[in-house]
Amino acid sequence: MHKFLIRSFVSSLVLLFTLTVAAVAKDVKAAFVYIGPTGDHGWTYQHDVGRKAVEAAGFKTTYVEGVPESADAERVLRQLANSGHDIIFTTSFGYMNPTNKVAKEFPNVKFEHATGYKREHPNVATYAARFYEGRTILGTIAGTMTKSNVIGYVASFPIPEVIRGINSFTLAAQKVNPNIKTKIVWAFTWYDPGKEAEAAKALIDQGADVIAQHTDSTAIVQMAEKAGVYAFGQASDMDKFAPKAVLTSVENNWGPYYVDRVKAVANGTWNQKDTWHGIGDGMVVISGLDSQMPSDLQAKVKKLQADLASGKVHSFTGPIYDQKGNLMVAEGKTADDGMLAGMMTYVKGVEGDIPK
Amino acid sequence: MIKIVKRDQPSKAIFFFTPVLAIFLTLIAGGIIFYILGFKPFEALKFFFIVPIADKYGFSELLLKATPLCLIAIGLSFCFKSNNWNIGAEGQLTFGAIVSGGVALLFYDQEGFYILPIVILAGAIGGMIYASIPAILKTYFNTNEILVSLMLVYVSKLILDYLVVGPWSNPEGFNFPETRQFSDSARLPLLFEGLRIHAGIFLALAAVIISWFVFYKTYLGFQMKVSGFSLKTAKYAGYKGKKMIILVFLISGGCAGLAGVGEITGPIGQLHREVSPDYGFTAIIVAFLGRLHPVGIIFASLVVAITYLGAETAQIFMQIPKYTGQVFQGMILFFLLASDYLLFFKFKFIGTKK
Repeated sequence: MHKFLIRSFVSSLVLLFTLTVAAVAKDVKAAFVYIGPTGDHGWTYQHDVGRKAVEAAGFKTTYVEGVPESADAERVLRQLANSGHDIIFTTSFGYMNPTNKVAKEFPNVKFEHATGYKREHPNVATYAARFYEGRTILGTIAGTMTKSNVIGYVASFPIPEVIRGINSFTLAAQKVNPNIKTKIVWAFTWYDPGKEAEAAKALIDQGADVIAQHTDSTAIVQMAEKAGVYAFGQASDMDKFAPKAVLTSVENNWGPYYVDRVKAVANGTWNQKDTWHGIGDGMVVISGLDSQMPSDLQAKVKKLQADLASGKVHSFTGPIYDQKGNLMVAEGKTADDGMLAGMMTYVKGVEGDIPK
Repeated sequence: MIKIVKRDQPSKAIFFFTPVLAIFLTLIAGGIIFYILGFKPFEALKFFFIVPIADKYGFSELLLKATPLCLIAIGLSFCFKSNNWNIGAEGQLTFGAIVSGGVALLFYDQEGFYILPIVILAGAIGGMIYASIPAILKTYFNTNEILVSLMLVYVSKLILDYLVVGPWSNPEGFNFPETRQFSDSARLPLLFEGLRIHAGIFLALAAVIISWFVFYKTYLGFQMKVSGFSLKTAKYAGYKGKKMIILVFLISGGCAGLAGVGEITGPIGQLHREVSPDYGFTAIIVAFLGRLHPVGIIFASLVVAITYLGAETAQIFMQIPKYTGQVFQGMILFFLLASDYLLFFKFKFIGTKK
């Protein structure tokens, strides 16, 4: 009898403990800070799709949209950290310093900063996606589909992320079509439908018959649809905005990473790290291919996608030359992550200079 | 029967009463909007206007937010009182931030008590230089200062973009669009440990006191008032109009420049693309809500500041879209302009005669 009592007492304790742990695990709350509105159909929209995946996995989430990268970001972060959130995702580069500052004050809250490089405290992790892998695919399609051999590219800001995308795109296009030229227009904005449409129009007027973009709105694909040229969706599948123009889109797929990290907090296995995932890990996703693309191109793209995923093909494989003809990456070598992270020179075949 | 009659002269009591009326109407309209959106109106208003400032930290954030608004609005009141329509305070703020940030970057690896005063002065001068452009064009070429000052806002933002992307970007920053962090000597001192409220608030208070003195105790203040009522009268009285135009623009630009200094050497600590969430434009609402009166502007800047904080709190705790904060700012201005009708007209109750 005595033994039975002890045993049942112990087992109920164990049960209670497991229940508590489970309850604690489920109680993890995640917060997301967005630079734009959730309805931008680009950058912020995709982060919010990721947030919804976290909700679907059974966790509570909160978000604040349209948070400027000014002094306001710090207050929003502190308020989120102060109101019971266990992990906070800050989804724009400009939140880097506020994120690290607030992380210092809240060592028990985990912070995840997108596209930055500062991890000053053990509770700060960074993450980004290898979008350039997606651009290798877009370049391959653009180089094949162009008839004028002029490809337009609407770029946002001259930072390594964007330069890397232009280079990766151009290298892939040259591989299938050595005669192509990539013309760049700098919009100096991430999201401004008016400016983006103007930039696209300028490129089309200069003879571009395929337009790529590294800005977030749907204005460019819509302009391409009107002008009867091809384009690619950015961040989300933009096919429905321009069904004839959009050949495919490169989607930012944050959901799996977000669910992973929130679960890690729940299980107590969260650790500081720098994540840079590409097609292989599913963070970069290529949308469905348009039927206007010939079937051999579609097959080629599918194979390239698989090879990029497995690591058999690297977007930056030598020999790569810069605009002046200097060797950047030797034959048989691939660019390492350090070089990619700081890339600030155009490869050969890109027209114009990087604004300085 | 009710008849609408024009007042002989604008009512002074109504003049100060309408801003309060506008805020009250905004609260009611806001409550109705929340109700239509499916939120409990009183709970939403509580999260909007009470919760954000319920503790010490929240209140300090309110003051932090109100400081640049108050400073810019005081400067603008000099312009608006004298019939000069400076819409470009945002540009003057940005240019002030650029100049003071540039100076702060010169001293990035140095410490010393002399650095901060130079940085502050540079910001004020930067704002003044930028404001002098529309002022000079107006006085000597008769251009429209509204257009010139507004367009210069976009120019200043592009200059800032160019600098932080190119020549001033942090050499250790992987070419990201931001400068180095300023040295501690170039930062405005914090007033309390753990709070972000900084010494910039004294600049705003000084501006309030000085402007009150100038408006109500000096000949210049009187000249401004007369010019505001009638430019012809001012000319007839022999006031030197050109000099005054340039002076009020310089004061206004200097204040906006100081607001820019407050942001970059206060909470931000470096230059990057977004030094101000459009304080320069929001301050126009503040100036009019405060009736261009220094004390009124203090209250108005607090009211408008809380719409920013409240929008964040309401989204975090009630999932109300954050952009409702801007709706509130718009409504305040709308109701203020609408109720100004009462300034010039009154309702007269007349017994019907048979």
